[in-house]
Formats: sequence, C-alpha cells, structure tokens
Amino acid sequence: MHTALLIGGVIILVISIAAGLIWVERRLLSFWQDRLGPNRVGPLGAGQVMADMIKMFFKQDWIPPFSDKPVFVMAPAIVMITTFLSFAFIPFGPNFVVFDSNYGLLFFLGFSSLGVYSIVLGGWASNNKYSLIGAMRASAQMLTYEVFMGISLMGVVMMADSFSFSAIVEAQKQQGWWFFIPQFFGFLVFFIAGIAETHRLPFDIPEADGELVAGYHTEYSGMKFGMFFVGEYMGITLISAIISTLFFGGWLGPSFFPPVIWLLIKTFFFISIFILLRASLPRPRYDQLMEFGWKILFPVSLLNLLITGGIITFLK
Amino acid sequence: MFSILRSMWLTFLHIFHKTETIEYPEEKPYLAPRYRGRIVLTRDPDMNERCVACNLCAVVCPTDCISLQATEDKNGRRHPEFFRINFSRCIFCGFCEEACPTTAIQLIPDFEMGEYDRQNLVYEKENLLINGQGKYPGYNFYKHAGVDMGVKKKGEGENEEKPVDTKSLMP
Repeated sequence: MHTALLIGGVIILVISIAAGLIWVERRLLSFWQDRLGPNRVGPLGAGQVMADMIKMFFKQDWIPPFSDKPVFVMAPAIVMITTFLSFAFIPFGPNFVVFDSNYGLLFFLGFSSLGVYSIVLGGWASNNKYSLIGAMRASAQMLTYEVFMGISLMGVVMMADSFSFSAIVEAQKQQGWWFFIPQFFGFLVFFIAGIAETHRLPFDIPEADGELVAGYHTEYSGMKFGMFFVGEYMGITLISAIISTLFFGGWLGPSFFPPVIWLLIKTFFFISIFILLRASLPRPRYDQLMEFGWKILFPVSLLNLLITGGIITFLK
Repeated sequence: MFSILRSMWLTFLHIFHKTETIEYPEEKPYLAPRYRGRIVLTRDPDMNERCVACNLCAVVCPTDCISLQATEDKNGRRHPEFFRINFSRCIFCGFCEEACPTTAIQLIPDFEMGEYDRQNLVYEKENLLINGQGKYPGYNFYKHAGVDMGVKKKGEGENEEKPVDTKSLMP
C-alpha cells in the first residue's frame, strides 16, 4: 500500500515537473534573452502548459505512409518508459524510495543506454534523410558520452561502497561531505555527459533545429511528438535529480524543510543550469563534439577513476 | 573552458536587464509621424474637401485598390461622388500620398484596422473623410493653382504671376 502510494506520487510529481518545465524553460530562456516569455495565458503565463498540452492532444497524429509503421509508433514510447523507470530508484527522503535496489546506479545506466534506441529507431522509421542523419549522429554521440558517464560514476561508487542511490546519500551524510568536493572532475564529466545524454544544447546535434529541419523528430506530430518532447524534459529532470543525489547530497539539508523539498530545490537548480546552457552556448560542430568526448573527457574520467581508486586503496 | 563559464555568467546577468518586449495592447509602440498607416481624406482650412477627383492616386496605386468617380457640385467645384479604398489590397506604400496634388489623401500612423469580415475592409468615403487637415495644415490648393472657385481670381494665387497681356505693346 505504501509502495503503491509512492509510485502514484512519483508518477504525478515527475509528470507535473516535466509539464511545468515547458513553462519554466520558456520563461527562463526569455529572461536570459532580454525578453518576456509567455505571460498572457493564465497567471504569469503558467496556463501555457495547459494550452500546450491541449494542442498536443488535439493535433493530427499523422503516420507517414512511407514510414515503417510499428517502429514509428513505438519509438517515442521507449524514451518515456526508460526515463520513468529510472525515477523509481531515486530516494526522495530517508526510506522514501519506490524500489530500493542494491544496483540502482547500474539500472540507471542501463536504462539510459536503452533510451538511445528511441532516437535511433525514430530517425530510422521516419524514412527521411534528415531524420536519418540526426539519428546516426545521435547514436554515435550518445554512445560515446555514455562510456564516460559510467566511468565517472565509478568514483562515487567507490567512495560510497555501493551501487544503491540511498546508500550513496547515506554515505554522504556519514562522511560529512557531499561528493562533489572529492569527486569534482567526476561531477564535471558526469554533468557534461548528462547534457549529451538528453541531447540538449550545446549537444543537441540530433535535434539541431535550424540545421536538420528537426532531426529525428521531423515526421512526428501530435501525441507522439508530445511524448518525445515531455520525454526530453523528463530526461533533464532525471539527470538533474541524479546529479543532486550522487554529488550534492540528495535529500540532505538543514531540517527546516522536509527532505523532498531539498531534493526538489537542488534538482531545480540544475535544471536552471541546463536552461542557462541552452541560452548561452553555441552548438559545436559534430566532429568537435566527438573529439571533445574522446580526447578530453575520456582521459579525465579514467584519471579520476585511477586516482580515486589509488587514494582509497592507500587509505585502507 | 573558462570562456564557456564566462559566457554562461554573462548570459546569467541578463536576467537583471530590462526586457525589450513592448506589451501590446497595454503599451503601444512609438510610431513616427511619417509612418505609413491608415489612409484618410482631409479637408482644407475652410472645411471643404481637398480631393478634386483627379484620379492620380488611383492611377499610381500598384494594387489598384482605389476607385472613385468625379462629379461637380452646384458651384462647379469638382469632388468625388464615391471614393472607395479596398484595404485588403492596399499595401500602404504611400504612392497615392506622393501623387496627390492637393494633399487630400494622406497616410497616418494608425495600424489598428483588424476585421473579422473581409467586406468590412472596403472603406467608403464616409469612412475615410476626416474633419481635419492631416499632416499639411494651412494648405488650400485653390489658393495656389486651379480655376477660380471663389478663392482666387486668375493670376492672383500665391507664387503666381499675373497673366501676360499678349496684345499690348508694352514689355
């Protein structure tokens, strides 16, 4: 019963955050661009979310006759499923986890690898040159950035001695410091890899609005596009929540707020940094992106792993 | 790397800047007096219509959206019987204002002419005629040129020389 309530609560929270992000992103992005975002619909423009959702539901959900229909229909669902499932492992408070697995981190890495499928299948099934280019670039980009996403997290795992998210938060509480201090380079590498995983600017080569028409989601409309869209916002929320949990102490914080609120504050802070990145940075060329990944981030994450392992062995 | 962080910091500071958005319809944008907006027909300082139905504006209009018909009143003064502008065709180029010899037709800085029914965009003379002199105050065409309508006699307009008596022997 307790678990069922938690599951319902997590689902509602995640969907509302992902939908609210539509409004938050447009408002924040416009403040950083010296203009006002949507401020007409509803109080302060928050009704924009309802308006966008209604538009998504009622748009004509057209499946191109030249596309590969079963794959086309299935592709957007995959990203939503995998991101939703990863939310089950994040602790919202002490003993407040939907599924307190001993290998939560491994599951999260596995699910994000599955998330790549949705982009590749979406681009392939669209039967459209631009979508295909977007999908190919997306697969290569997300593959490389996943490599060091995993490696950079291993430092945290070594320091906390477990793959479970709640154990990592407990370890931060016991050791007295949040893990971004000893694992600073791991945090940086994971942050950059997380941006590449959710294909946000500056790593949004798969979407690349303006270059590739709309990349892998060119042919999508209506609810399927809505699923890609909300799935992307859920991915941002997930990566922010995981950064807060692993590197910034999760639900830890002074006790004048309940622990869930601390996690939400930290998550929202990182979401704002994602949006700030979108407002401020240009998009690198595709080969510059891959070069940055393999030649700079990969050695940094390996060095991080080596040094952390060395220091921990030395201290034991 | 440092330049990236610096870009992010500078972009973040934009949150404290004033926004450029003009919140129409509560705030209206500033329009210059020469802004080519809605077309009006003006009157001269004696409150007669300036338009003499010469058809120059209809001829010069690139989209042929002006149509008019000349007629004379009982004093012999020409004026348009009807004057119709189809604003769904008008491109607000201002050629009619440049072509008009009496400064009758003018474009004023007003753009709020939205309609739901396309037929309502055809403006007749009673919709176009205003009781003012528009952008050229104090100008009466009949004081400078044109036939004797009771405003000036032949040869007595402003900047006009008296007609030469071709039959006299004096220089």
